[in-house]
Amino acid sequence: MSYAAGVDVGSTQTKAIVIDEHRNIVGRSLLDTGANVVKAAESSYVAALKQGNIDEEEVEYVVGTGYGRYRVTFGNTQVTEISCHGRGAVHLFPNTRTVVDMGGQDTKAIAVSADGEINDFCMNDKCAAGTGRFLGAAAAALDIPLGELGPVSLQSTKPIKISTTCTVFAESEVLAWIGKGKKIEDILWGVHQSIASRSAGLMRRVGIEDEITFTGGVSRNAGMVKALEERLGKKLNISEECHYMGALGAALFAHDHVMAGRAPVASTAEVTS
Amino acid sequence: MTTQSTQDLVGRGNREGAALFRDWFAELDATARNGGKSAYVFVMGSINEILKTFDLPVVFPEINSLQTAVRRVAHEYLEEAEDYGYSPDICGYVKADVGMQLRGGEHPMGQIPVPSMSVLTNACNTYIKWAEIWERMYDIPTFTIDVPGTRQSGTQTWQGDSDFEADRKYVETQLRELITLCEEVTGKKFDIDKFRQVLTYANTMSRSWKRVLELNASKPSLFNALTDGTIFLGVANGFRGTQEGAEYFERLAEEMEYKAANGIGQAIEEKYRLLFVGVPCYPIFRRFNELFTDWGGSFVNSTYLWFASGGTNRGFEYDLADPVASLAEGVLISVRDAMDSMFHQSEVLADMAREFDVDGVIYHPIKSCRTVSTGLADGRRHLTKESGIPSLFIESDMMDRRVVSEAQMKNRIDAFFEGLASRRLAAGVQG
Repeated sequence: MSYAAGVDVGSTQTKAIVIDEHRNIVGRSLLDTGANVVKAAESSYVAALKQGNIDEEEVEYVVGTGYGRYRVTFGNTQVTEISCHGRGAVHLFPNTRTVVDMGGQDTKAIAVSADGEINDFCMNDKCAAGTGRFLGAAAAALDIPLGELGPVSLQSTKPIKISTTCTVFAESEVLAWIGKGKKIEDILWGVHQSIASRSAGLMRRVGIEDEITFTGGVSRNAGMVKALEERLGKKLNISEECHYMGALGAALFAHDHVMAGRAPVASTAEVTS
Repeated sequence: MTTQSTQDLVGRGNREGAALFRDWFAELDATARNGGKSAYVFVMGSINEILKTFDLPVVFPEINSLQTAVRRVAHEYLEEAEDYGYSPDICGYVKADVGMQLRGGEHPMGQIPVPSMSVLTNACNTYIKWAEIWERMYDIPTFTIDVPGTRQSGTQTWQGDSDFEADRKYVETQLRELITLCEEVTGKKFDIDKFRQVLTYANTMSRSWKRVLELNASKPSLFNALTDGTIFLGVANGFRGTQEGAEYFERLAEEMEYKAANGIGQAIEEKYRLLFVGVPCYPIFRRFNELFTDWGGSFVNSTYLWFASGGTNRGFEYDLADPVASLAEGVLISVRDAMDSMFHQSEVLADMAREFDVDGVIYHPIKSCRTVSTGLADGRRHLTKESGIPSLFIESDMMDRRVVSEAQMKNRIDAFFEGLASRRLAAGVQG
């Protein structure tokens, strides 16, 4: 058996996925990126191999993706996470035409074709307003574990309107509402609604078409799923793999190379040249 | 052709352009040190033809400012202007110039003279506020030429039309007032014979410039519209109406004809032909270009070559029999065209994309220039709908490195090329 792998080095977390010849996921890992990006990539890859009980020699091709993709020193090539999220989303949910990827420091809206080709994409520009980083800042201000943000927000009965999603001002914004006697769950639901509104704006720029798949770390947040679905008036495709979508897409591109090596396609090299 | 010809000709335009650029700034430096007169003008309608007739050295503050960015010192000038009270959101060109004026004309390429007068058009509304700053700083006359623009997309009037004639006369009246002002500022009488000579040089330049641009439809393309093109633009603006400028463009056209005839393209293997819309990212000028050339992307044309040469890319040639009236006609057509490149660009872009057989269009809105950036999102949607040409939208700035994020830019550019590659692969498989 031979394998292909993808390593997604994000601003906050590093994910690795190993797939077999039939494109089944056989190993995965998730680590905080931290300051040493090269080490994070290596550790994540090793952990995914270990989880799948796979020898490194059995992996024929590795694709790096994410902001740290060029620091995946053992990778054979690099592909942007934009292409990888699109590819992964269409693989898991074949009717996907719009992808919203919410990560640590950016949010992306991606329009994809039936074969996973990127038709258009749009990202938040430069500042991290309205991304996962804002949720992190709000969690820190409220002293709530990140994983609890969504469930707590869903208990809201009187949501308040948050006027800014600026990460720098997140703490003061949240504390100001606490000072006014507002409940934490109502503040948090307001935070989620505000981010959902901003993300929907990005999605409209590339055109919102069914089906929509929600990817990235924030897709695990049930509050954000609900806020986005309410905002868009549509159900979102969600799965446990959505957090790993960049790494999965990278592994699928790696798999293309493995298969191309066996049954060469004329201009495959052009894809990643 | 011999190898010797190739060595002499290929790259000659860049070498000679850089030399002329240095000569120009040396002249400005000498003027500043001697306390000589100069005119401050803008790229969209410099009216160099009249100013050169009066032997007035011309200063293009837009070019001074972009040079501070290319030379990586723009932040010093921007901060100086911001300390003075300008907002970070104000045009970076204006602020770098204000910073330079506050430093007494100190510029990385030499001393810049203070203005004796300024000439501007309505092609950019910031021009008007900018000239008012010099008016207050130096108590100089500023002369605004109001050029009638296109009323509605696709409704331009032309010679023989009564509306066109009315517009032309309106511009001519203003040009005659400008001539009177130049006489007052310089103390010289207007010399119509010298004016005809200046127009003759301008005609040679326009004819050759148009040819150079047309030749870049060759495959492979002959020059990079972004990097090489900016060198050509410097000469097109600073030396319009001069013998040096005319000869430079004749020789540039000769170089490009030679390259086209011999299939000599740019220094990269051209895989993707691109159009550029907007103003370049000068704070990381070379690197910005490399983000595209690393993928085999080459810029074959741009709206920048169009509006930053004041519309002279059209190749309009003056009628020497009635020179002032003909200059008015040329200014009307060329400056109107420069404005159209910002406000009515979609149709021309679609034509340009076909003519130059491009694979993609790169839109580069810039934070500190709303004039060129405002309509780009709408224009992009229109182009996509009408032509289906893939396009990329990346925002940064032409001056301010604080809003230039190379990592984010690279991510977008890489994803764009990945898309182009997979489309090409799919087309190949289907074909």
